[in-house]
Amino acid sequence: MSDIPPKLQESIEDFSFITTRTERQEYLIQLAASFDEVKVPERIATQPYDESHRVPACESDAFVWAEEQEDGTLKYWFDVLNPQGLSAMAMAVILDQSLSGAQLDQITNVQSDIVLDFFGKGISMGKGQGLMGIVNMVVAEAKRRTKA
Amino acid sequence: MSDISERGYANSDVLVTTEWVANNLNNPDVRIIESNEDPLLYPSGHVPGAVEVDWTSDLNDPIVRDYIGKDAFESLASRIGITPDTTVIFYGDKSNWWATYALWVFRLFGHTNAKIMDGGRKKWVDEGRDLNREVPSYEATDYKVPHERDDKTERALREEVLKHVQASGQLVDVRSPAEYTGEKLHMEGYPQEGALRGGHIPGARNIPWSRAANEDGTFKGADELREIYEKEQGLNADNPVITYCRIGERSSHSWFVLSFLLGYDDVRNYDGSWTEWGNSVGVPIEK
Repeated sequence: MSDIPPKLQESIEDFSFITTRTERQEYLIQLAASFDEVKVPERIATQPYDESHRVPACESDAFVWAEEQEDGTLKYWFDVLNPQGLSAMAMAVILDQSLSGAQLDQITNVQSDIVLDFFGKGISMGKGQGLMGIVNMVVAEAKRRTKA
Repeated sequence: MSDISERGYANSDVLVTTEWVANNLNNPDVRIIESNEDPLLYPSGHVPGAVEVDWTSDLNDPIVRDYIGKDAFESLASRIGITPDTTVIFYGDKSNWWATYALWVFRLFGHTNAKIMDGGRKKWVDEGRDLNREVPSYEATDYKVPHERDDKTERALREEVLKHVQASGQLVDVRSPAEYTGEKLHMEGYPQEGALRGGHIPGARNIPWSRAANEDGTFKGADELREIYEKEQGLNADNPVITYCRIGERSSHSWFVLSFLLGYDDVRNYDGSWTEWGNSVGVPIEK
């Protein structure tokens, strides 16, 4: 895990200090509340979205885009069509805060099981798969560009 | 949507309206229970007085892939302060997926005095009804389950599903068409339904769960439901049906529709679903 983006490592460490389910939920709800800051702008995409941006297995209808920056990094954008998809929104905010602007080769080292670091190991299989799908899609965008 | 009693359901009393719930928030004979797919929803705000039943931490055994046993259910029911006579009203996100799932599990333990709030959480929120974040505390009861968990009447296990397939029994796969066909996802690294193989159980009809729900999360009327399940898909109400999806949650929604709204006598939910069948040795699949 030493080669993942530093901001992601910091976020994981922050969450490691959380000891109760309630505290974790409160923290994640706060993150989800700032989802508008990472919601895809119209200059990038408008509905109906291209299905290639849809996150497979995500029951909250999450979508991911990666915008190439001049410095070679990526700025990630998201949408979650289900207004009740708070977990997906929180995950999107975490990924934007920790991976947008990070070195692509470091992003390619990110494993989808970071979801458990943020949501806890008690998360349901279906929910976990959907959130891991968001992580996988973000990582895939970086891998695609490092292979090019 | 028309009044529940006017929709032609076989058992219209298994549904209550949001208005009914709003009028019964302080009814001591009623317990409102929220059960969601998303674990952040209840703590972000819920129907005043509602308790949460989380399917992962409350209804599933932590070690075995199975539901909790009799003792654990008695503890859960006692903790949320219900008795066998309490009318429990489930509601939740995703057009009541998890609400019907929780209701199904409660019925395995004989708590049949259970209903669904039509339209679920979405309808409650869309109507601008009150939400609060206060987690209520009710006086604990000493709930006793009348029998061991009933895994026969409304639940199907793998071997029974296999026999059902061999007998050309009716199966309903409630997943999306792409899941049903086993269509390969186009980018590597994406989860494949947690299963080694894609496809469906041989002979299963594909009737996505969402076809039974309106945009506002309420259930469609009986005529519309019969049009879908019987006229279009050819289900016969007189013969046994097994529903399944990925882990049994979406299929509990269809189980609820067939069992109560259309009044089928023999409907079982296969909670092992595709995550078991698609990984099992010695069972056939169809693509």
